[in-house]
Amino acid sequence: MKPVQFDYVRPRTVEDACGILAGDMDARVLAGGQTLVPMLAMRLSRPSVLVDITRIEALRGITLTDDTVEIGAVTRQAAALASEVIRDEVPLLAKALRHVGHPPTRSRGTVGGSVAHGDPSAEIPLVMTVLGAGIVFTDDDGEEEAFEPADFFIGPMLTSAPMGGLLSRLVFSRRGSAPTGTGFREIASRRSDYAFASAGAQVVLKADGTCAEALLGIGSVGDTPVAVDVAGLSGTRLTDRDIRGAVAEALEDLETVDDLHATARYRKRAAARLAELALTEARDDALEQAG
Amino acid sequence: MKTELTVNGRTHVVEIEPRTTLLDVLRDGLGLTATHAGCEHGVCGACTVLVDGEAVRSCLILGVQADGLDIRTVEGLTSGDGTLDIVQDAFCETHGLQCGYCTSGMILAAHALLRVNATPDEEDIREAISGNICRCTGYQQIVEAIALAAERMRTSNVLGAGEVVK
Amino acid sequence: MTDPGRRFVSTNRRVREDRRFVAGAGRYVADLDIPGTLHVALVASTAPAAKILGIDTTEALAMEGVVDVLTGEELSAGVAPLMNGLDTPRVRRFPLTVGQIRYAGEWVAAVVATSRALAEDAAEKVRVRTEPLPFVIDAETALGPDAPPVHPEHGSNLLLDKTFDWGPVADDFAAAEDRLSLRVTWGRNATVPIETFGVIARWNPWDEMLDVWASIQMPKYADQIARALKLPGNAVRVHYDVDVGGSYGVKRGIKHTVLVSYLARKLGRPVRLIEDRLENMRAGDAQGPERIFDIDVAFDRDGTVRSMKMRALDNAGAYAGRAPFQLGKPIGAIVGPYRIGSVQYRAMSVTTNKAVQEAVRGFGQAPTNYAIETMMDRIAAHLGMDRLELRRRNLIRADEFPYTIPSGSTYDSGDYHTVIDKVLAHADYAALTAERDRLRAEGLCAGIGIAACLEPSGGNSSFEPLLNENNRTSTWMEGSRVIIDALGGVTVTIHTTSSGQGHETLAATVVGEELGIDPDRIRVTRPDSLSSLPGNSPVGSRMAIMLGGAAARAARDLKRQLVAIGAHAMGIDPSEASYEAGTITAPDGRAVGWDELVDIGHRRFHDLPPGTNPGLAASFIQQVPTGVALPEDGKVQMYPCYSFEFHLVLMAFDPVLAKPEIRRYVIGHDCGTVINPHIVRGMTLGGIAHGIGAALLEEFTYDDGGQLMTQSFLDYLMPSSHEVPSVEIVHHCTPSPLTEFGQKGSGESGYLGAPAAISGAVQDALSPWGVTVDKLPLRMSTISDTIADAETAA
Ligand code: FES
Ligand code: FES
Repeated sequence: MKPVQFDYVRPRTVEDACGILAGDMDARVLAGGQTLVPMLAMRLSRPSVLVDITRIEALRGITLTDDTVEIGAVTRQAAALASEVIRDEVPLLAKALRHVGHPPTRSRGTVGGSVAHGDPSAEIPLVMTVLGAGIVFTDDDGEEEAFEPADFFIGPMLTSAPMGGLLSRLVFSRRGSAPTGTGFREIASRRSDYAFASAGAQVVLKADGTCAEALLGIGSVGDTPVAVDVAGLSGTRLTDRDIRGAVAEALEDLETVDDLHATARYRKRAAARLAELALTEARDDALEQAG
Repeated sequence: MKTELTVNGRTHVVEIEPRTTLLDVLRDGLGLTATHAGCEHGVCGACTVLVDGEAVRSCLILGVQADGLDIRTVEGLTSGDGTLDIVQDAFCETHGLQCGYCTSGMILAAHALLRVNATPDEEDIREAISGNICRCTGYQQIVEAIALAAERMRTSNVLGAGEVVK
Repeated sequence: MTDPGRRFVSTNRRVREDRRFVAGAGRYVADLDIPGTLHVALVASTAPAAKILGIDTTEALAMEGVVDVLTGEELSAGVAPLMNGLDTPRVRRFPLTVGQIRYAGEWVAAVVATSRALAEDAAEKVRVRTEPLPFVIDAETALGPDAPPVHPEHGSNLLLDKTFDWGPVADDFAAAEDRLSLRVTWGRNATVPIETFGVIARWNPWDEMLDVWASIQMPKYADQIARALKLPGNAVRVHYDVDVGGSYGVKRGIKHTVLVSYLARKLGRPVRLIEDRLENMRAGDAQGPERIFDIDVAFDRDGTVRSMKMRALDNAGAYAGRAPFQLGKPIGAIVGPYRIGSVQYRAMSVTTNKAVQEAVRGFGQAPTNYAIETMMDRIAAHLGMDRLELRRRNLIRADEFPYTIPSGSTYDSGDYHTVIDKVLAHADYAALTAERDRLRAEGLCAGIGIAACLEPSGGNSSFEPLLNENNRTSTWMEGSRVIIDALGGVTVTIHTTSSGQGHETLAATVVGEELGIDPDRIRVTRPDSLSSLPGNSPVGSRMAIMLGGAAARAARDLKRQLVAIGAHAMGIDPSEASYEAGTITAPDGRAVGWDELVDIGHRRFHDLPPGTNPGLAASFIQQVPTGVALPEDGKVQMYPCYSFEFHLVLMAFDPVLAKPEIRRYVIGHDCGTVINPHIVRGMTLGGIAHGIGAALLEEFTYDDGGQLMTQSFLDYLMPSSHEVPSVEIVHHCTPSPLTEFGQKGSGESGYLGAPAAISGAVQDALSPWGVTVDKLPLRMSTISDTIADAETAA
């Protein structure tokens, strides 16, 4: 299980990296390598040249702006998991990161790599889908182009990444001061496997304890992670019944796939169950903050 | 491609074909065969090494990517005179292995854990080794070994985790 | 548990092999650096069945580093076909297929190059022209008259169809008050060691010697190599001092070995083949049993089981190999631990277009135990009887041993009721049941699983003559040699490889016990096969009994020599002398110490008792206890010793998500005298982990197109530290009357009952819905869908 022959370059700037990518259709970006290297080993990926972007300083780090948290694409998943900024400002992401791979893959795997790969069962894309986070690409002229998750994730392992562009950072909104609860649940044969179904939820409460905003997303069951409309929960007290009703309605037409490990109908029921659990967890979390 | 590898504190300048994984560079290039190949696609953890103190899978890093990184393998845990380090000794004490094939990876995963957590509970230990498959032991004696090593590190003044005999 | 008379046996001493492994100093086959070695990569077929029209190697041969490309055509002209277990001469198998492809992934050609990567590059350029043939994947379909035969020359897909009637089956069925039928299916899984199979061969034309280093666990390996390569037996030298990174039965790479040995001779260079994981999973020929059991059972309303008819249909895969024998070994414990008076057993093995089946831990016993235990649960459910009560009623009682079962094997010893009582007391069964009911009240599915299973041990091969009349094997001996050198050091030899079982510790412990010296001072070595005594490798849970027996008996012989020397030196009769920790003492208190004995033995022929040979050495070749006769009337004594295990599992899961979570796992284990407690504990815990995998996760799944869907560790799921719970072990010791120290085998412990117990727990959890899931592995989505269907129906 040895890869095909290829060249390897390690540019220091985004511009250099984009230049190489733009000039060679068969060039591939190498970040943490936790997904790409197995594909190389099985010769499913056969690049002409690998462009290692992990030493481009501009792509690394977690930055707090007035209303966003920006995460550089080559920030390691382990670093993001350890980040207090992410824990405080994007709590749903912090929760989901615990489910990404396991310690030895998080230590190398990057946040951007997980997004660029477009795996429908990956946790970070699901969180981005729930929160409507931004995906920013840079090209060799330094021009930036931003994508919404719904436009970016278009199929299994398929994204609308621009040719010759480089995923440079992810942009999340900071949470507000109102009680903001989050919940993340997934189910797989083994804890660290690709999930059969996953659900991420975030709820914001008003001062009177009713729901100001409820967000829900489902991953792993179809071609891409999907945001699910549970706006009907706004104004409710998020009782178990409210949640169950909203989930049942929202997921009625959810399309799910069959594969070796799980049937489509299992995925559909599991998605609903996880959605309920995630929303309940989010509610309890928010209520706790509200005191 | 000329690459500078620092392994167990020694720097080697080696010529590496870009497609060669760090695992193969360690084993075939440097003769460090304590690091084992189990799947070569990043699932089993047999190839675990420490990079800058963290457990990583050497089959998922190309040798050329490791340029300039601080790499530790099991060969670097002892001075070669027959003295075991505290984690290795604990594995012997609880028989935390059988065939030994996953053992290097397990011991390094334990080191990575104990470097950041001096008082791991069972759940912490199970999480830390969850990326390392052992087909022999059913894990229990490994969990016991790591708990024992943690306890001995807390109560002794010998070499701790992450500290390596030069 | 230490016997007061014993100093080392049963004590919690460290396992000596562990030191080198924790230091990373194990010596596995891939670690060996033999100068000039060439590397092999395989060209694998993509179709499950096809006629080979032509193989074009031109482009591959022209590539960088490529030394040779070998096809089946060439290889088959130079080597004999690989051995079949059964008498099926038309099912021919060569390391590279000849003319026809019989499963997806099968090796069509081998590329030899100066590095593995270059060999893989060239393997992609070997052009194989094929014409598709019809194929069959499913065992029942393969039996049908229209099924495409995997080996047309053989005439059908049936390799074996043998029915045994032991005892008055028809009468017992007629007399019984009730009966039921069931079908359960054991999915195709295997032990999948973390080290793949690997082998290096080197031919020395000047010595005419083939040296082989391999990650092997295989009886008569050297003989098989010599036979296939048409070499004299003494021209093959297998090096047993290679550490094996796990095997649990499957490391039987004879086809790999014949391939590289042929290449080494042809090319005059050492050649190595270290399987990569893809080669290993799809064509390492290391997948395990895949079996459908159809059972009719007759019983009385009080729960007494009278008779059983079992049909086991096994999917052998594309070639015969030893797979069919895995239907034979369970005959030695076909009634489990129960007093079932008569049995009809129909063993069927068929070929299909799947990878070849190989021996897996337990050699077919774990699937059979799963079938028997599921049957017991069904009877209890049918009668509305407590599952434990049903078992207690049918278990063989302690005062009935030795106990002969209908198929001819005699169980040596046991105390099943006591083991069960100890487990129930330890676990507080009433509280466990209350906990299950509490979980159910919370809305979870919760169940308790129980399994009472046997581990036949002592590895004989009586199933060979039983299933193949041309096979006259009645011994599976094992040898050991003990030498005291001229400086007084003791060295014991082992004549096989080990794959984690701690044989060095075993041998040192028993010899230390016999000679009364510290086992840590005893050296254990592994001579190569040409310097070895005959042996049959560590299969069939045999080494504690067989190697332990051989080493102990050789040491005892040596002790006798020492006593004779010491007695002679003091002028007394040996019967008057006593031996203690290396010193011979006369009744009057005079003594001759170790150094003096060694000096006489090695240097002073004139001081030796008359008729005694110089040098202090002894060998012993141990016959399998009870292995005295060939089968008669379809009956035979299979293995000599019978270990017992009783599993008790509490499981819970959400009815929708259905992820089985083991809340409590207790096992009672009786393998007689334990030589080293660490080792036995590890075997049991590891076996349970394997069992969890077999019950819940692991399967070699083929799609309708005949393609293996679980080729990598991304899809073939093995339990991690999260899925294997902490297990509580309750010990019991019923010594075997047949062995040196009362020991029985434990190499397969845990695995033989865990799948049955886990399945039982899931079925109990499903019982409120009145449904069952009868195929392993029990996939989450199947469990959940089954519940959903039951709710819809209700
Ligand atoms: S060999 Fe690297 S994870 Fe298996
Ligand atoms: S000790 Fe054999 S795989 Fe872990």
